[in-house]
Amino acid sequence: MTSTTLAAPRHRRRFRIGHVMVYVVMILITVLWITPTVGLLVSSFRPADDVKTSGWWTVVTNPENARFTLNNYRIVLGIPLPDRPVTSGTRVGMEVALINTLTVALPATIIPILIAAFAAYGFAWIDFPGRRPLFILVVAMLVVPLQISLVPILRDYVALGLGGTYLGVWLAHTGFGLPLAVYLLYNYISTIPRDIFESAFLDGATHFTIFTRLILPLSMPALASFAIFQFLWTWNDLLVALVFLGAEPRVQVVTQRLLSLLGQFGQEWHLLTAGAFISMIVPLIVFFSLQRFFVRGLMAGSVKG
Amino acid sequence: MRPTREISRSPEPSGIGAFLSTTLGRLLVSLFVPAITFLVLYQVFIFLRDTQIPQWITAIIAILWGVGGVLALFTLSNYLIEQLGPTWRRRLIPFVFVGPALAILTWYLVLPTIRSFIASLYDARGINFVGLDNYIYAFTSQEMLQSYRNNFLFWMIFGTGMSVGFGLLIAVLVDRTHPVFETICKALIFMPMVISGVGASVIWKFIYEYRPTGSTQIGLLNGIVTALGFESQGWLLMQPWNNLFLVIIMVWLQTGYSMVILSAAIKGIPSDLLEAGRIDGANEFQIFRSIILPSIQGTLITVTTTIILFTLKIFDIVQSMTGGNFGTQVIANVQFVQLFRQVHNGRAAAIAIILLLAVLPVMYYNLRQFNKQTEAFR
Repeated sequence: MTSTTLAAPRHRRRFRIGHVMVYVVMILITVLWITPTVGLLVSSFRPADDVKTSGWWTVVTNPENARFTLNNYRIVLGIPLPDRPVTSGTRVGMEVALINTLTVALPATIIPILIAAFAAYGFAWIDFPGRRPLFILVVAMLVVPLQISLVPILRDYVALGLGGTYLGVWLAHTGFGLPLAVYLLYNYISTIPRDIFESAFLDGATHFTIFTRLILPLSMPALASFAIFQFLWTWNDLLVALVFLGAEPRVQVVTQRLLSLLGQFGQEWHLLTAGAFISMIVPLIVFFSLQRFFVRGLMAGSVKG
Repeated sequence: MRPTREISRSPEPSGIGAFLSTTLGRLLVSLFVPAITFLVLYQVFIFLRDTQIPQWITAIIAILWGVGGVLALFTLSNYLIEQLGPTWRRRLIPFVFVGPALAILTWYLVLPTIRSFIASLYDARGINFVGLDNYIYAFTSQEMLQSYRNNFLFWMIFGTGMSVGFGLLIAVLVDRTHPVFETICKALIFMPMVISGVGASVIWKFIYEYRPTGSTQIGLLNGIVTALGFESQGWLLMQPWNNLFLVIIMVWLQTGYSMVILSAAIKGIPSDLLEAGRIDGANEFQIFRSIILPSIQGTLITVTTTIILFTLKIFDIVQSMTGGNFGTQVIANVQFVQLFRQVHNGRAAAIAIILLLAVLPVMYYNLRQFNKQTEAFR
């Protein structure tokens, strides 16, 4: 009796100290983790001279000397300034790259999902000879890294005139995203209870009608999870863009633009910061607004080839 | 997306409708419709490729054309097959559904595996047969040997170890805090996951930037080091440790991923199991070792294999931080250099095959584990 009354508070106190420690450690880790991003964000609002001559943390340690400006963003987005007109030599062209990235990423997300949803339905609900081996072939393609296709596909693109076109990049992203998309959507669509569309079959509806009217709307959660993942993947992709889209500034996406900024304007640190932050805005919006779909897409995305 | 069939099924066809329902009419229509569709799609493609109109208009047209084109092709092929007799309809309909996916996969992944292998036996331009020369290059050249060291030792072992280790530590700690605090911490630690490798490289330039001791530092790491009274360091130039500094960027990006997944697994452990352990007098460390770890073992393997795959194919961080110089070369970057700067298709293909062989066993394991888990989810 006495031993338990003695033990209980001691245990509780130790637990409480441990508890405070957990909070302290977590706050330290979280601060450590966001510091690099905060550094970039702060730097992107500092004037060019300040970025080059003092660390961004001086804004915190020495706040009376801190100056802020939007000029970095203006320059990067091609808005002319009095002391820096937009000419071909000074043009950064992030605004062009942003539109290009959207043009690449949106169809490169929707097209594979559409094709994969059709295929998943076909594999799950239509009986045809060779169904199982073909499905295994699709899933087996998950193991193939996309590097495998660079040499042969580049050769095809040169022959077909697809190099440097959006269609070429969409198809490439579609090809590389399909195995995972088919696999995941199959897992989802094949578990839809059969009686949901049994009555539609009896009414003489075709597979096509059932797919577009029943299956697509029912699969929205699965489609959304995959869509988020594929969108971020295509938005952040560098390799596919470098290989298939080429070096022409007219079609370049943000990651390519940023890479050449790193080389070309290597000393113009203030432009790098604004450029990098612009490239991150869309993924961050997607992340913070669609967080709950995100974790599922993440589990799903873990097997991307 | 409206099914065209319902319109043609409408009763009492008259005039053009009557003609369209005859066999001849059907035949003409079924030749005419695809021809028009392909023509329109092709014309728009040419127009988009060569146009000079304002860029955002091109972008909108391109997006509509791409997505709409795919929809049109599906609707069209379905429509064509519905014109056939019931036997052929039944035989061909499956291929309307799975055909496009199979065709694209065959073009982009199935055939390239074979074609890359063949190309790896030929010279730079793919003209002369050179036997195993490219593989000899891939296993003896200095840059490739350096890549193996970096990929396997630094990226795979250190990178994966740190990402999973930190992820697990954070997941276990954060589980003991208030839900609101937990959500905020997780979101902030996870955030780098959505940043591209190139974006992350720019961010980390501001950490690693080197200025000689005495001048003002703009890199955070050297800022701290000099404030403590030490010499500033060229972090990205000290071989071989510069690899570790690149790996840290990846750890920063990937830890959030392992944390979220492992945290979900930890939350899935029945609370009475943990409670029972505590009543039996186990301390927190014992509970972690004998209850938490065994319960999340499967998830731990998935996360580890996934990050290993990521590290084997690492490209953009190296390409944008050092370009593979100063002893930081990796396999995927050598392939890129061989493909574009050296224009040596044979070597690039051989490297791709090696990458495939390196990824294969890990991917197989990963998939098997993933399969078990998705079954458990249902």
